[in-house]
Amino acid sequence: MGLDTAWAVAFLHAAALSMAEHRDELIALDRAIGDSDHGENMDRGFEAVVAKLGDTPPESPAAALKLTAMVLMSKVGGAAGPLYGTAFLRAATALGETADVGPDVLVSALQAALDGVVARGKAEAGDKTMVDAWIPAVAAARDAATAGEPAAAVLAAAASAAAAGAAATEPMLARKGRASYLGERSVGHRDPGAQSSALLLLAAAQAASQQDSHAGSPESPR
Amino acid sequence: MSVALVVVSHSAKIADGAVEVAREMAPDVIMMAAGGTDDGRIGTSLDTVMAALEKASCPDGVVILADLGSAIMTAESALEFLPDPDSAVLADAPLVEGLVAAAVAAQGGADRKTVLQAAEELFRRRQPDAEALGSMVAEGPPTGSSPDFSGDFTLVNEAGLHARPAAQIAGGLAAMDAEVTINAAEGGSMTSLMILAAGKGTVLHVEAWGVDAERAVKFVGGLVEAGFGEA
Repeated sequence: MGLDTAWAVAFLHAAALSMAEHRDELIALDRAIGDSDHGENMDRGFEAVVAKLGDTPPESPAAALKLTAMVLMSKVGGAAGPLYGTAFLRAATALGETADVGPDVLVSALQAALDGVVARGKAEAGDKTMVDAWIPAVAAARDAATAGEPAAAVLAAAASAAAAGAAATEPMLARKGRASYLGERSVGHRDPGAQSSALLLLAAAQAASQQDSHAGSPESPR
Repeated sequence: MSVALVVVSHSAKIADGAVEVAREMAPDVIMMAAGGTDDGRIGTSLDTVMAALEKASCPDGVVILADLGSAIMTAESALEFLPDPDSAVLADAPLVEGLVAAAVAAQGGADRKTVLQAAEELFRRRQPDAEALGSMVAEGPPTGSSPDFSGDFTLVNEAGLHARPAAQIAGGLAAMDAEVTINAAEGGSMTSLMILAAGKGTVLHVEAWGVDAERAVKFVGGLVEAGFGEA
């Protein structure tokens, strides 16, 4: 079975928990090479997403992602706002009205999210940005879908590749964003946006595996 | 009416301050500041930018100036959400100087394309790569050819060609279809005119090419001889 609206809601709740849990870690990463607000901004943004989900429960996975996009663009404040906002928005558009997201549509949505981030931030592979987590994530997701894996396994593959991609940003020289002003001094630090991207994909994968194990009666991990 | 301007910055103080500076030279232009997040922190907010765009919305169109990083990305996102995405355009220009140049052009009644150009030409001048230089030469006066109209005018006001007169000249010329030089400086560029540092008694040699050449020279002459309305 594919991923439904309950999955989307569970994913966003899990994302909020993860951002709260990793807030200080992201702040520390961003302090090293940025303006040290990433952890706080992401935590605040997803807290607002959860509040909005409570106010206006979405009726489709796409509606949940679109709501998330709008809230993040207005509440995050830093570059992550428009970048993740665009990613969620493009993913929502790719999902369309489907209530049951299968592996192929899921891959299209992940690709659309990556394309959105690239279009908005103009970053390329190796620039030491969140793109370096998203590119391997989308590739791994596509491989898994091609191999006939279900949606939950596709997300798990994406999350695992994103984590590796985030770790691989450590030796890179930043060429985009605030970190690029540091030049050589950016080397040796993991990119905070790549790390939060990996965390978000992990939350999406965990929500999917829970949905699978509960066989259609997902619990909100609130 | 004129083209309206929206300033997007990480900081409410920067956005407000930039508008304050530009307002001195363009008192009639609608300028909305969209700085900081909606809860008063450093950052940008789509809501804040959308609200400013809505307030600035006018038939002549809107030009957006943004400072860096997320301000530019939030402005781009806002454009995608506008009911009519063509009703506003984002300038690739330095924030304060670009805003002042755009405001002066808007005050002079220039259309949106010209206002955008006024802001962006500053950027091209600072980064004289081959492509940008090529386009400037292509758009500039036909070097070598004699002007379609010219005139000499003596500055009579005490303060000479300072910021406000330079803004008046550049703003007015922006709305005309003419390439104008004043003592070899570009007439449509406020900063170029100010760099002349022309004081009282200086003779300004004005040359113009194009359909509105005569009107442009007479416009500059009229302002100069009237002392720009100053003592």
